[in-house]
Amino acid sequence: MIEAVLSIGGIGLTAAVALGLAAKKFAVEVDPRELAVLEALPGANCGACGFPGCGGFAKALVEGKANPNACTPGGQGTVEKIAHILGIAAVAADPRVAVVLCQGDNRQAALKYRYVGMGDCNAAQRLAEGPKQCPGGCLGLGSCARICPFGAIEITDEGLAVISRELCTGCTKCVAACPRNVIRMTPLSASVHVLCNSHDKGAQVRKYCAVGCIACHICAKTVPGAYVIEEFLARVIYEHHQEAGAAVEKCPTHCIRDFARGYPPGSRFAAPTVPVGGKSAA
Amino acid sequence: MMRKLKTFRGGLHPPEHKERTARLPIEDCPLPEELVIPLSQHIGAPAEVCVAKGDKVSRGQLIGRARGFVSVPVHASTSGEVLAVEPRPHPSGKWLPAVVLRPDGADAWGEAPTPVDHRELAPEQLRELIRSAGVVGLGGAAFPTHVKLSPPPEKPIHTLLINGVECEPYLTADHRLMLEESARILTGIDILRRVLGARRVCIGIEANKPDAIAHLDEVCRGTEVEVAALAVKYPQGAEKQLIAALVGREVPSGGLPMDLGVVVHNVGTAAAVADAVAQGMPLIERVTTLTGPALVQPKNLRVRIGTPLRHLVEVCGGLKVDLAKIICGGPMMGAAQLSLEVPVVRGTSGVLLLGEDDKAARAEGACIRCGRCVRACPSSILPTTIAAYARLDRFEDAERFRAMDCIECGCCSYSCPAAIPLVQAVRHAKAAILARRRKL
Repeated sequence: MIEAVLSIGGIGLTAAVALGLAAKKFAVEVDPRELAVLEALPGANCGACGFPGCGGFAKALVEGKANPNACTPGGQGTVEKIAHILGIAAVAADPRVAVVLCQGDNRQAALKYRYVGMGDCNAAQRLAEGPKQCPGGCLGLGSCARICPFGAIEITDEGLAVISRELCTGCTKCVAACPRNVIRMTPLSASVHVLCNSHDKGAQVRKYCAVGCIACHICAKTVPGAYVIEEFLARVIYEHHQEAGAAVEKCPTHCIRDFARGYPPGSRFAAPTVPVGGKSAA
Repeated sequence: MMRKLKTFRGGLHPPEHKERTARLPIEDCPLPEELVIPLSQHIGAPAEVCVAKGDKVSRGQLIGRARGFVSVPVHASTSGEVLAVEPRPHPSGKWLPAVVLRPDGADAWGEAPTPVDHRELAPEQLRELIRSAGVVGLGGAAFPTHVKLSPPPEKPIHTLLINGVECEPYLTADHRLMLEESARILTGIDILRRVLGARRVCIGIEANKPDAIAHLDEVCRGTEVEVAALAVKYPQGAEKQLIAALVGREVPSGGLPMDLGVVVHNVGTAAAVADAVAQGMPLIERVTTLTGPALVQPKNLRVRIGTPLRHLVEVCGGLKVDLAKIICGGPMMGAAQLSLEVPVVRGTSGVLLLGEDDKAARAEGACIRCGRCVRACPSSILPTTIAAYARLDRFEDAERFRAMDCIECGCCSYSCPAAIPLVQAVRHAKAAILARRRKL
């Protein structure tokens, strides 16, 4: 009995001493600020900053190799915390959100063929450039929704991706996942958008989509400074987005949407409260 | 003849449906009112157009120059006037640049093709003749033939396999070609063997074409060309599976047949090579099978490249029922088409027209781990696992499970009782893996 206690105790003691020595000898110096910064980061490991996860970003911040406002999911609050820890001046973040520039769900937009296959936009795009007649419209198979680390994207029953302005942190992962380039990063403060991504001529657009931009120029005539029409497609000039709302009612195909008045039909997201901002703007 | 027929591991046997056209001789298809000749009809860089709207061209005249080594020129399929050079519907489903030609009815050559005796030419000269005639693999993949005829010096070719398997259901174009035009095929084989310096030549034919086997056996008697009957199993005509059956060796993962000293060419390609060299004729027509339950009179047709499918349907007596699906190629690997405006290209081995009742589209279910796809897979990979990774965007894992070895034969999707789009998922994974490799 006593031998057992002694031998096990002895092994334990030796191992403890060895571990203690090893911990001293092989200790890795960690800048305490790095841990503090890591604590302040959202911990989504989304990669929007361009570093491998929040850990990599924290290390780069402490080493002075990264810009504090590179963390889009964190928003202004995180920037201020990081600036406080590192003792630098906080730069105002420019909060951006992703917007799906399309409202052509399966009721509104015509199909090129019946797609039966894998529920992935990139896979569908490979078959004759996607089942939608519109070359730029949302395919609604949810590649963006699956990749979103924040659950900010829903696919409506009629096959349209809608991005929540509250939940989107601006990490841009969906932008990279979309084969049709229909998701764009836009200023969070701008709530009015032309929800169309087809550069076809108006007559063509009318054939396949009930809510597409037909480049009629009415928006640009109504508010000259806030809209520009390029390649048969209207765009909001986001520097002047405050005035853009005046053209929403004038658009004959209703492809201009003010998100302050709600999301596209079919979305289950509650209408955003005014101002249409995320956490940071509230 | 109770000998067991040679074959490969895996595969399956879908209903053949070849009876519609197997006994019908090849007919010449009349010229349509308008030919749409795409500049991209092969794997590799598209040809560069060298005619303009309003030009008068003669039959066989060069209308697109090859760009780079893996590229071939494109020729006018008949004489006539160039109406436009513009994007047109292409069998790939996209709108791609094409030369639109209005035939003048004369069908006149610019200068008469000059036949040469291939026995007097060096391999390099033969290869150049094949390249400038625009010859590509006519089995369906349309890979430039001269590239396959240019093995690096450290990989000498000892075996030339000629693919007369035609394992895709419905298609009978190669079958008819072997029966009716074996002389062209044999001339082509002689040229190919000369270019490659191959010792052994073997024609592989599926045992469901006994007449073709007997005929080629007879015409090859006294020559060194072997004719082998193969087990009736899809995809026996896939390059690697044909090698496994006839050479008894497996092409290494990520490797090419030339790593084993083997090159495979289709019987149609051999005939086109014979035309290119012995007749001096560019590749401006091919034999294709027009078939399917929706068609009034299925046919084997010799078609000028660029003939729109709509014209072929008219030649075949029109449609019995409303079209629900148009497939260029066979039903297993062919590509569904958006409309009948698509033209026949060099790779169009057949056109299959189906009505609504002929396509059994089932709703997708859950994988029940039955393993049928694994047993059917001729590449010995795990389609269900790779597809699962592809759906999760875990392409590194898909690559680890050898997604790149997939030959896209479709046996997995065909055998899946849950109708999971397996081959589509694996193709999706392959494309993502290739995109990532390019980025690195």
